[in-house]
Amino acid sequence: MPLRLEKRAEPSNTMALFSPVIAIALTLLFGAMVFASRGIDPLHGLYVYFLEPLSDEWNLEKLIVKATPLVLMGAGLAVSYRANVWNIGVAGQLQMGALMAGLVPVYFTSWQDPVVMPVMLALGILGGMAWAAIPAFLRVRFNANEILTSLMLVYVADFIFDWLVRGALRDPQGHNFPKTVNFAGWQNLPSWGDIHLGAVLAVIAAAGLAFMLFRMLKGFELRTLGAAPRAGRFAGFSASQSIYFCFLLAGGLAGLAGACDVMGVGHQLQTPYATPVYGFVAIIVAFLGRLNPVGAIVAGLLLALTFLGGEAAQTTLHIPDKIAKVFQGVLLFFVLACDTLVLYRIKWEARK
Amino acid sequence: MKKLLISAAVVAMALGGTQAHAAGKLKACWVYLGAIGDMGYTFQHNEGLKQVQKELGDKVETVFVENVPEADAAGPIERLARDGCAIIFTTSFGYMEPTIQVAAKYPKVMFEHATGFKTAPNVSTYNAKFYQDRYVQGVVAAKMSKTGIAGYIVSFPIPEVVMGINSFMLGAQSVNPNFKVKIVWVNTWFDPGKEGDAAKVLFSQGADIITQHTDSAAAITVAEEQKKLGFGQSSDQIKFGPHAQLTAAVDNWGPYYVRRIKQLLDGTYKQAESWDGMAEGTVTLAPFANMPDDVKALAQKTADDIKSGKLEPFTGPITKQDGTTVGEKGKPLPAGDILGMNYYVKGIDDKLPQ
Repeated sequence: MPLRLEKRAEPSNTMALFSPVIAIALTLLFGAMVFASRGIDPLHGLYVYFLEPLSDEWNLEKLIVKATPLVLMGAGLAVSYRANVWNIGVAGQLQMGALMAGLVPVYFTSWQDPVVMPVMLALGILGGMAWAAIPAFLRVRFNANEILTSLMLVYVADFIFDWLVRGALRDPQGHNFPKTVNFAGWQNLPSWGDIHLGAVLAVIAAAGLAFMLFRMLKGFELRTLGAAPRAGRFAGFSASQSIYFCFLLAGGLAGLAGACDVMGVGHQLQTPYATPVYGFVAIIVAFLGRLNPVGAIVAGLLLALTFLGGEAAQTTLHIPDKIAKVFQGVLLFFVLACDTLVLYRIKWEARK
Repeated sequence: MKKLLISAAVVAMALGGTQAHAAGKLKACWVYLGAIGDMGYTFQHNEGLKQVQKELGDKVETVFVENVPEADAAGPIERLARDGCAIIFTTSFGYMEPTIQVAAKYPKVMFEHATGFKTAPNVSTYNAKFYQDRYVQGVVAAKMSKTGIAGYIVSFPIPEVVMGINSFMLGAQSVNPNFKVKIVWVNTWFDPGKEGDAAKVLFSQGADIITQHTDSAAAITVAEEQKKLGFGQSSDQIKFGPHAQLTAAVDNWGPYYVRRIKQLLDGTYKQAESWDGMAEGTVTLAPFANMPDDVKALAQKTADDIKSGKLEPFTGPITKQDGTTVGEKGKPLPAGDILGMNYYVKGIDDKLPQ
């Protein structure tokens, strides 16, 4: 019996609001099953994974540190996806931002005054924007699918980063290990415990984008072009401009996330570089946050928890760290599935 | 806010400190790069942990975390420091920066970093003279190879790895001055897929013996499949290559781990930098196999001479790839020169990534 999805005449608003909650509940249920299948008491497993990391201050700091890049990128992507611009490559844009910021300590190692920090952050933003401008250009000029181009550029960015950190940018005193010199003094972000300035920037960015999206003409323009491209064009909004705008915005924020990560957490560039993976998780953040930049803060914290829980489970329960990826993937699956079922109903069709 | 966080951190650290003694046992912890089932590098470290359990099990509780990527190690290391570990062994070179960073935050916890060069008042380093095994392997390779070419799979161009390549080559040249070594960089410590592919490439380029400075048994497995020869790495891998493995460099960390933890228990523990070899039993060789008796005898004699100190693989003058020489005639290179080795010896068919 074939299945068919039929559009609901009036999707329920309540269900649309609750869909992420249902998705989270289903993910937890799935997690319990995974733990049980590995011979771990499911309740203990879920406790270690999702609650223990919230039980002390140190972990809360780590949670915020891990959420910072997720919120920066998730908020930018929320705006992009609202406008129907599918940037899948923030991972590469983050990496380019980190690389650009890292050029300063490598080439101007002794430059130490308060100016160096904003310069590095600005370079990070520019790096991310430049990398994001490529798929935007290809889409506007050649109508190339931006999902593919932005995604493939992630791997190109990774190879450029790897090549430079292995070669030209390598620390000459580092015994040939693929890493740069340590950033020093003003080349790092101010921090409170483990939490660095990036967390503040992320909240400002999310709030600012939410204001833009829902209270300013630009936001209306983007939402209109996303929901009804023809109507948008009749209203005189330029689709090409909005594609550039969305890519530069999300790319710039991803570049900023990369700069903050190396200036606030790593304090050097090294390859392989672990943080770009967060660029893919940020896509989940955008959807789970209901494509609302402020929602991305909540969703970013939740996804950060899956990383922390993965670490805790690895140490305490001896299950592979890959489990974090399983949870993240399953969560996205359930969010999209729930959203689909809010908008559509399943119909069984009798075979003719 | 800052004050609040700092005071919270202090309280948390104090709590962490009390936990260490609450159970009455000293908690010793290990951070592993690979899986304990990798049958190579990590497996051997875990064998060391097991020896600690066996000998000191009534006084020591052991904890390990496996599969910790070098790029993202600070989290797991700090978690252990907070969970009451009194001593933490971080077993891969790439854990150096995170180990130093976390150690600065937890001055009461002792850290032991394998194969690195940065230390702190609570960070010791330990390493093994793996290159001694490599010399014996080189001798055996030159005796057994028909093509006169060995393949060498390598991870990162750090001195640790470079000295191994050089020592292998010097051993081989002591038998056959025209011996060739071909090199493939896989840029990872542990990736059985890449390691296996590299082995296939090297065999197709005329090598008939393979050795590797990576952590899995993939290379010896490929050698077995292709009816070629090779060496096990870190661990005796004879069951992956019953007809292929000539011998294996076997790391034996147990005695070191037991010694250091004992010192911590009886209060004689001091920050130190250790570099043990065959003489101390940290570096050993798996039984010689798949070779005629005369080669076996030569290999055994070479190993015995290194063990007794009669033979030092890096004895001057050594000719570098560019033709210049280092070291004084008849004298071993100083340890510092070996630990910072950043050049190939003559005859190696590769350019060292600089």
